Amino acid sequence: MSMIFGVPMAVLSGQLLIGIINGAFYALLSLGLAVIFGLLKIINFAHGAMYMLGAMATVIMFDTLGVNYWVALFLAPLLVGIAGVLVEYFLLRRIAGQDHIYSLLLTFGVALIMQGILTNIYGVSGLRYAMPDMFKGGVNLGFMFMPYYRAWVIVAALVVCFGTWFMIEKTKLGAYLRAGTEDSQLMQGFGINVPLLVSLTYGFGVMLAAFAGVLAAPIYSVTPVMGSHILIVVFAVVVIGGMGSIGGAIITGILMGIVEGLTKTFYPPASSAVIFLVMVIVLMIRPNGLFGKEA
Amino acid sequence: MSQTDIQSDIHKSILQQQKTEDRRKLMLNGVLLVLLLLAPFVMYPVFLMKILCFALFAVAFNLLFGFTGLLSFGHAAFLATGGYTTGYLLSNFSGLTTEMGIIAGTLVSTVLGLGFALLSIRRQGIYFAMVTLALAQLVFFFFVQSSFTGGEDGMHGVPRGELFGLINLEDNLNMYYFVLAVFLGCYLLVQRIVSSPYGQVLKAIKQNEPRAVSLGYKVDRYKVLAFVISAALAGLAGSMKSVVFQLASLNDAHWHMSGEVILMTLVGGMGTLLGPVIGAMFVVNIEYQLAQGPLRDWVDPILGGIFVLTVLAFRSGIVGEVQRFVRKNMG
Amino acid sequence: MTMMKKLLTSAVASALMVGGAQAEISNNTVKIGYLADMSGTYRDLAGPNGLKALEMAVADVGGTVKGAKIEIVTADDRNSPDVASSTVRRWLENDNVDMVAGLVASSVTIAATKVIEEHNKLALVNGSAASSITNEHCTPNHIHYTYDTYPLSVGTPTAIVKEGGKTWYVLTADYAFGHSLEADVTRMVESNGGEIIGSIRHPFPTPDFSSFILQAQASGADVVALANAGADTTNAITTAAEFGLTQSGQTLAALLLFLSDVHALGVETAQGIQLTTGWYWDMNEDAREWADRFMEETGARPTMVHAGIYSSAVQYLNAIEATGSDDSQVVRKQMMDTPINDMFTKNGRIREDGRMVHDMFLAQVKTPEESSNEWDLYKILRTIPADEAFRPLSDSKCKLVSSN
Repeated sequence: MSMIFGVPMAVLSGQLLIGIINGAFYALLSLGLAVIFGLLKIINFAHGAMYMLGAMATVIMFDTLGVNYWVALFLAPLLVGIAGVLVEYFLLRRIAGQDHIYSLLLTFGVALIMQGILTNIYGVSGLRYAMPDMFKGGVNLGFMFMPYYRAWVIVAALVVCFGTWFMIEKTKLGAYLRAGTEDSQLMQGFGINVPLLVSLTYGFGVMLAAFAGVLAAPIYSVTPVMGSHILIVVFAVVVIGGMGSIGGAIITGILMGIVEGLTKTFYPPASSAVIFLVMVIVLMIRPNGLFGKEA
Repeated sequence: MSQTDIQSDIHKSILQQQKTEDRRKLMLNGVLLVLLLLAPFVMYPVFLMKILCFALFAVAFNLLFGFTGLLSFGHAAFLATGGYTTGYLLSNFSGLTTEMGIIAGTLVSTVLGLGFALLSIRRQGIYFAMVTLALAQLVFFFFVQSSFTGGEDGMHGVPRGELFGLINLEDNLNMYYFVLAVFLGCYLLVQRIVSSPYGQVLKAIKQNEPRAVSLGYKVDRYKVLAFVISAALAGLAGSMKSVVFQLASLNDAHWHMSGEVILMTLVGGMGTLLGPVIGAMFVVNIEYQLAQGPLRDWVDPILGGIFVLTVLAFRSGIVGEVQRFVRKNMG
Repeated sequence: MTMMKKLLTSAVASALMVGGAQAEISNNTVKIGYLADMSGTYRDLAGPNGLKALEMAVADVGGTVKGAKIEIVTADDRNSPDVASSTVRRWLENDNVDMVAGLVASSVTIAATKVIEEHNKLALVNGSAASSITNEHCTPNHIHYTYDTYPLSVGTPTAIVKEGGKTWYVLTADYAFGHSLEADVTRMVESNGGEIIGSIRHPFPTPDFSSFILQAQASGADVVALANAGADTTNAITTAAEFGLTQSGQTLAALLLFLSDVHALGVETAQGIQLTTGWYWDMNEDAREWADRFMEETGARPTMVHAGIYSSAVQYLNAIEATGSDDSQVVRKQMMDTPINDMFTKNGRIREDGRMVHDMFLAQVKTPEESSNEWDLYKILRTIPADEAFRPLSDSKCKLVSSN
């Protein structure tokens, strides 16, 4: 068997593929953050909590109402999106125009509240969610066993990512959005309801997080604190990509998944720190991130 | 009455106002000092020392955030570095007196602060916050990996020892007055810095950096120096904390600690001298009271609520709001 | 003669004084402080339900001992040794607390026991896993009751190697707890004729284990052992099931797995996993009877930590009843002299290093067919006798062990 730095080629291919799968998760999560920052200039520290809400909602709806996976895939993000609109309408709107930092602190507070309440109700051991029947099992690719569900994760995440990118960068709706948030008075003059647009954009951003949450429910331990661990990593991804760059967030997400996957192969203990190392280095060389525009 | 008379009258009344305000401040400080001196006879000294350590940490953070406008999201790294260094030295070298251990901890933090500053100072706004966060995460990783920190078990049994080889710090009262003296010294230092010409430049940078640049100030140098002083004081806070509690742990290096010092500063009133002190008192106290009381399962959501409430309604913090109230109602 | 008389009187007087001081309950109250994580990562281990278990213990002895009333004060330790140390200090110095119960995160436990030693009070440690608590960090002022990492790494590996699982791959959480577990496992596997063919140190916490499970699969080892805890373990088990680790013929061994974790995973995912536990609610009549009462109070089945909190508190209160004193050393001695026979264990005893040694159990998670309800989770495969389970005193680094 051929080896690369003492690691069998087969293992390495497997790790790369796993890296891409995790990267797809990162892309989905960082995309939501990038939409929210890029269009609204809000630093959404509640993003991890929204991801958690998506996963928790999936499990709770199944346990209490028997809502199945496919329905949850739409319903959970929708509910979380509505929660997001409410957060924007009742809280974030009141600090519009203030320094970005306040939005970070405010959403951090919101995240603490959501996590704390759910911890008291559901505990921290995690909720059980069975893999949907049609995704049970997997296929042997020769170099690794590929569970069907992970294949689905890549497909679903990439489709949603590309769709979002296309909508914002290439359609009329996206143009309104970008214009509305850049020059709200002008757009208001054109008869466009900018405050509503802002609420909906925030709602949409957190929907993406919730969608990632639903995807995560069958494969990760679903707990009220699941979002707080991933939040900082996802932020690092967005910063490396260039805050606010939609395409940058997607590409960087996948890249970082691969970087992390390789670290997990060659020096596993550093796999949680490597993204921060990359971030420091990237910002040394490109102060606005890989794909960021000049500030 | 001639115009000049009127002018001089106005001038006088402004001076008068300045004087009453100064006098008021002086009185306030005097009262606070007496309270601090008497506090350990009424309240629990270790708890008071905890408040003072966090107050110093918040004052250090505020020098950077409140006065220079740089939000560091990695200040936990300095607190922890000071604590671990001092703890390690005092535990392993019995010849060291306590203050030498504390000075060493502060120095190591200072050097680390210089490293952070050089790597981050040219980044703006949110990027600055994120670079400091990333660097602090790397420091956290180092502490998790190193065996001298005891990993998640923490470093325990740090001896308090004797100050200058003379004063026994095992005694809580002695320890308290030592911590108080250090704290007051640092507080006065920051006060001097802020009101000095150097401090004025920092404020100018905060308000409008391009203008400060165009006025010919080497802005980066000013910012680096502010960062280094802030890191040194944060490290000093950590060093003292490890001596007070006789332990150092990973909690101090975690990014949540960086978040907590932001909360303290914000709640107390950023950009004011006394704000971070009041904020630290408030946050440490409320966390302690909540953890003991019937709401002990709800500490995190309540802290979250305080975050939200402060940002929405009291952005200038406790001290800021009180100042406004006093100006409005008491002339 | 006068000399003799003087000596005698002073001896009698001092004996009386000591007796007087001992046969007394300070403030005529026995105050127990319950310190545990009530809101964070370790909440489900002891947490609010552990407090319920403690309250049950107090109620079961009648709410008083020797006419002194029993009070409980509680605090959330926030998993912070600072908070633990200042809370315990205040309890001991201002609130006359006699004993501290709960104690989960190792940093919290070590910080708290140092303060308790300084004040010569007592701690009953139930939540912590670190075996260092009765080894290098032992004090004459605490008892480690339910379990520690040593029996966890003895029971499971020995049994599996004997069944033919010769080659091992270990996934270790990269912090002190994981390292000590890995070292113990390595020793046990090798001494039983097995071999460690690889290991990975993963960061704590790790949300996604697929990469590590894949490497473990590629190693071809008979057994994949998880030397981690909590969410890391449950995540690793979920991922192992997803990637068909056991279907491909490998055995999965979790070294530290609590009932609450298995309950969260469900038998579908966790079936067949072997683990070591100090107690299981369905293991005998006494345990069941108590677990039923616990379930009425809390709506959940108790973990071994909950059972340990209850059992140790009852032992403690009985010792006060027997001696009429709440002096820590008098009570500790009485507890050491009294074998423990209750719903928790039979013939348990407390050693001089503060370790309570008792039988441990090798258990296996039931299959969905075997499990009759959501809490019917383990079958007990084997009893690990107390003498085999815990670190022998001859290996101890504890300052209290006389041979040291």
